[in-house]
Amino acid sequence: MYRYDDFDEAFVRNRVAEFRGQVERRIDGSLTEDEFKPLRLMNGVYLQLHAYMLRVAIPYGTLNSRQMRQLALVAERFDKGYGHFTTRQNIQFNWPRLKDIPEILSLLADVEMHAIQTSGNCIRNVTADHFAGAAADEIEDPRPTAELLRQWSTDHPEFQFLPRKFKIAITGAPNDRAVTKAHDIGLRMVRNEAGEPGYEVIVGGGLGRTPMVGKTVRDFLPKADLLPYLEAILQVYNLSGRRDNKYKARIKILVHETGLDEIKARVEAAFEEKKRAFSGAPADLVSAIEAAFAPPSFDNTRSLAFDRAQEANPAFRSFVETNVAEHKNPAYGIVSVSLKPVGGTPGDATAEQMRVLADLAEQYGHDELRISHEQNVILPHVRKADIPAVYEALREAGLATANIGLVSDIIACPGMDYCALATARSIPVAQAISKRFDELKLEREIGPLKIKISGCINACGHHHVGHIGILGLDKAGKENYQITLGGDGTETATIGERTGPGFDADDLVPAIEAIVETYLNLREDAAETFLQAYRRLGADPFKQAIYSEKDEARAA
Amino acid sequence: MAREYRPRIVTANDLIEGDAVYFTASHGWSREHGEAVVAFSADAADGLLEAAAKQQDRIVGVYLAEVEMGPDHRPQPVHFREAFRTRGPSNYFHGKQAQA
Ligand code: SF4
Repeated sequence: MYRYDDFDEAFVRNRVAEFRGQVERRIDGSLTEDEFKPLRLMNGVYLQLHAYMLRVAIPYGTLNSRQMRQLALVAERFDKGYGHFTTRQNIQFNWPRLKDIPEILSLLADVEMHAIQTSGNCIRNVTADHFAGAAADEIEDPRPTAELLRQWSTDHPEFQFLPRKFKIAITGAPNDRAVTKAHDIGLRMVRNEAGEPGYEVIVGGGLGRTPMVGKTVRDFLPKADLLPYLEAILQVYNLSGRRDNKYKARIKILVHETGLDEIKARVEAAFEEKKRAFSGAPADLVSAIEAAFAPPSFDNTRSLAFDRAQEANPAFRSFVETNVAEHKNPAYGIVSVSLKPVGGTPGDATAEQMRVLADLAEQYGHDELRISHEQNVILPHVRKADIPAVYEALREAGLATANIGLVSDIIACPGMDYCALATARSIPVAQAISKRFDELKLEREIGPLKIKISGCINACGHHHVGHIGILGLDKAGKENYQITLGGDGTETATIGERTGPGFDADDLVPAIEAIVETYLNLREDAAETFLQAYRRLGADPFKQAIYSEKDEARAA
Repeated sequence: MAREYRPRIVTANDLIEGDAVYFTASHGWSREHGEAVVAFSADAADGLLEAAAKQQDRIVGVYLAEVEMGPDHRPQPVHFREAFRTRGPSNYFHGKQAQA
């Protein structure tokens, strides 16, 4: 995997030393909070409801076992023994003390991790397909490009004071697992007629207050043109993006207000100039990065152990059905480890679990781990013959929940249990839903269904693109939950539609249950997924199931 | 008719620990919501907030929060957000609820 060079190393070390001094000056009173706040945010330190929170970037979601063990150490020594993986491929520690944070950052720097650019109006941590480098459907591993973007954007002078934060997501496969259409820029690898790989460039997607599906500004961009093209987009945004109103400052608003054709014309004009001045990313840099992401040396010996274990053990067979995805090497599988046990907190892993995952990666997984935006952990390269042993180890650690992509594989943001911006809680909602569907024992029958929950309009829980989305609000001093249906975060991205008035916490789970029951009653057959059925049927039957006539009159 | 003033307290987070703290009558900070000094008028609230905000070296993120007076004459949170801050998260037994 990619290793820091001396420059990166010195850069991160300097930042830690600088921040240590800033924290000392804040504590001794020589810096006020007004002075200190932007500095701490630049280093990933937020103030939450009950404590500070440290957000650490996991660039393109890739970790090795050493890094995972260090996260475990931080969780144990400076937190309450766990960490929370987020939809942005970050890990958040919910309980650090201010005076310990420089020490934590220094421990992270030891394993080439940091919290830089996890906040502020800069280019944030580039997110990538969590199956990158492993997926059978992949054209090319997108991570060398993601790493190139990281190096290009880190402390890029022109892009430190953008009108607003800026998020880039990238996938090397036509099947979009990185929600690229909900990012400021989404890059989706495609082939042109000559069969060469390049990028479809999508601009102006985003969730939050004004959710929008990104629009394609370029159907095919040769890989070599990527940096000048992105600089062109950012230049157009920097010059014309609105700075007068925080809620209108994201590039999605610029694209929406200016119109796609005009944006395209401006970007292409800027690109022509940039391209002329651009001497190309240094070839040795590009090849060094590519070498760092070279696939591991796969062991192609096959054995019958995998098939035999499935025949012998129905629980293992279920696990394989949901949690093992097709690898580009037929002797291998991609193992998704669910951080969504029934009644648990989505995305949380204990220090002990992190160590188990690190051990498994080291022993069976070519030392690679991934964090998905769906808040799960991936072992991307496991020999099929080893999957039964991996499964047993996961089971002992409470990590073998076989529910990837099913109703209990819920995304939930921290919500008002932690987040200072929240308008309602999200975690207890996720817990209640997963418990209820566990009681009903219908999960497998229901099939693929993505529920996503956010605790406020900022939509960190991606509720707009959930097949069922839930948004927690404060309605006259009471937690209230709005439901959206039909959202989709893949290459067929769609923003979900609101059903109508929201539900109190007590009425929410029955409403979700009624929606799912309606689907089961109306689907053509078991092969028709919830999303397909919703697209065929429209919202009406689902609304009828959850609102009485009185409610509907009120909603009208 | 002027709307009746709803009593308020001053709250913040501890500078180092980051947990919720409440401004007291002696202009110190308590980790107990019930020990907060209560302002019964807008002027009194502004005065408390100003005094509290001077203690930058002890706290962060100071603001006024509405309260109700309980039967024991101690203030109680009105909004659920403030109630959560007196307890801690609901998914784990962490925070204030674990320290009580
Ligand atoms: S969606 Fe809102 S409540 Fe949830 S993490 Fe984001 S800002 Fe916090």
